[in-house]
Amino acid sequence: MSGDRETILKRVRDSLAGIEDRTPYPEYDESLAVTAIRSLDGDLWERFSERFVAVNGLPITSPEELVEYLKSFEHTTGYIDPDLQTILAPYFGSGFTIEDRFDRDRLDDYRFGITRARGAIAETGSIVVTDRGTSSRLGALAPWVHVACVRRDEIFRDTPAAVAHMEDDPNVIWITGPSKTADVEGIMIEGVHGPGVQICLLLPDDVRKVQPTDA
Amino acid sequence: MKAQPIDVFARDLEEEVRHAVLDGSSSGYDKRLASLTSDFADPDLLRRTAGRIKQHTLENLDTYLPRVEEKLIANGVRVHWATDAEAARRTVLGIMRENGADKIVKSKSMATEEIALTPFLEKEGIESLETDLGEFIVQIDHDHPSHIVKPIIHKNRRGIARSFEREGLGAYDDRPETITARARTFLRKKYLEAQVGLTGANFLVAESGRMVLVTNEGNSRFCLAGTDIHIAVTGIEKIIPRERDLPLFLSLLGRSATGQQLTVYTEFISGPKVEGQPDGPGQMHLILLDNRRTELLASKCRDILRCIRCGACMNVCPVYRQASGHAYRSVYPGPVGAVLSPLLAGNKFPELADLPKASSLCGACKEVCPVDIPIPDLLLRLRDRAKQEGVKSPGTPPMGGWAYMASKPSVWRASLAAGKVMNYVPMNLIPVPALRAWRHSRELPPWRGGAFRKWMKIHAKEKGGES
Repeated sequence: MSGDRETILKRVRDSLAGIEDRTPYPEYDESLAVTAIRSLDGDLWERFSERFVAVNGLPITSPEELVEYLKSFEHTTGYIDPDLQTILAPYFGSGFTIEDRFDRDRLDDYRFGITRARGAIAETGSIVVTDRGTSSRLGALAPWVHVACVRRDEIFRDTPAAVAHMEDDPNVIWITGPSKTADVEGIMIEGVHGPGVQICLLLPDDVRKVQPTDA
Repeated sequence: MKAQPIDVFARDLEEEVRHAVLDGSSSGYDKRLASLTSDFADPDLLRRTAGRIKQHTLENLDTYLPRVEEKLIANGVRVHWATDAEAARRTVLGIMRENGADKIVKSKSMATEEIALTPFLEKEGIESLETDLGEFIVQIDHDHPSHIVKPIIHKNRRGIARSFEREGLGAYDDRPETITARARTFLRKKYLEAQVGLTGANFLVAESGRMVLVTNEGNSRFCLAGTDIHIAVTGIEKIIPRERDLPLFLSLLGRSATGQQLTVYTEFISGPKVEGQPDGPGQMHLILLDNRRTELLASKCRDILRCIRCGACMNVCPVYRQASGHAYRSVYPGPVGAVLSPLLAGNKFPELADLPKASSLCGACKEVCPVDIPIPDLLLRLRDRAKQEGVKSPGTPPMGGWAYMASKPSVWRASLAAGKVMNYVPMNLIPVPALRAWRHSRELPPWRGGAFRKWMKIHAKEKGGES
């Protein structure tokens, strides 16, 4: 309410009137908040994979390996981002049902969802997902297995780098492992609302980079 | 014997609950501490810097609030202002009515607990469903959360399994895996039925208007993937100045709350979904809530507004661990609640004035606070306020005699000498209730009053002789 706006701002001004020396913004080096005990040098996919495993993620380096994994758990129905179909569809045999549109009325039919990630963060083992880069919010969330696809040169070294390059996108998400809870007696259970299995697939270098398309 | 309300709660607490709270709050302590202290080059500088950034922001809210509003509007967010709980509730209802909406899925938010949003909406015929597993269980039990990060810390699996059975979610099965899987099945339908996803916000960046929301369960993400309208309710103190401050705060929040480097779903939201994105809200509202925060800002306790709601202070607090969250009789329990709750209570301050007193001022809360809030100092200021306002303090022994003695050196010396008598008095026969209560579980050591003074005298002489 507009009346409330003026009231609150006036209250704020009045409340602050008595403060003589306002605390200045402390300048600090961004590296302050970066983990110092683990090296982030060398191949960023390697560094990312180590941290991703530490948060119970599963890094996979080839489409063949991914298909084997899905087959072994009988995850044969899934959603694949339309942009990824040309690269990935050939690896999926006739035993799979693949859809390029996520139908929310059949939410539980999809055992896996494969979507394009906008990047990853080596320091924390996080996947970066955006509204423009990821075809369906539900496709990356509702199925038991989420596969985020990323290219090696899209991996950020650390969180300050990921923030500095954060896109002008209304919905950016860092996903650090499977959906989980410890609400019941502090016991960790994965797959509460979202994926119980979080996979990151490394795409070949010649796959084109995600370009934020203007809406 | 008369006692403070929090003491009564602690005394009457069921053993089963006491154990659940004690286990739940103390477990994971080493992990949280290690993740905070061993990962960084200068961990203490980290939290002191975060504290100063928040303090700076609070002391410049007159600049930052209009700035963040401008950015939010530019991003396509509809901004609302709410002076108090009633205004905030009415605003949410107004948005619901305007859009012909009657179902909300909610992700965990302390601000909406504070304004008691759900009971209000239910009276208005709106279904408002909690989706965080713990909050969901609290809701079906018509209970209250007892911890700001672990809302059902006071419950065990048996009680939860009974609740699920009662609600028709399946036959009794108390395995945590089953409980979680049943909630998953039940809630995912609800996300798709609701028109509105309601959330809080952990941070609001002034520079960009991006709000940050963190959950481990991913329920907030589901709220914002299944619904058409997003309503966020956030206190005006949630602002941080720049995007570059995010790594600092996110790192401290995840580690202090659960010992994680980052919370699983860390969402940066700056407006409605992009065109072409099939899922999620095309309309976003943000309600900026005052609800006495400006009163706190004017008070000597304004530092408490730095709080990022990590729950670390209650996990380490010996009083919280023994008394449980419900003993604080308010939305915010533990040390942060002992400061925040009486202040947010307005003219009901006296009803919660016992909370700041329920502390030995051990300082554990200050040591773990990721934004370096001097909680013990703030507790003292509130004790002082209660004294100044003449708030009654049941169960507290009269201190007048002590004050007299301690302010007159001659009387003090005389009583030190006379105190020896105490060694011969049968203490358990003295009819002072407070003394009896204290003696109930303690032994007094033999009186040695004056020994130090004697030693000092001799020591001073010896020292004088040497020089």
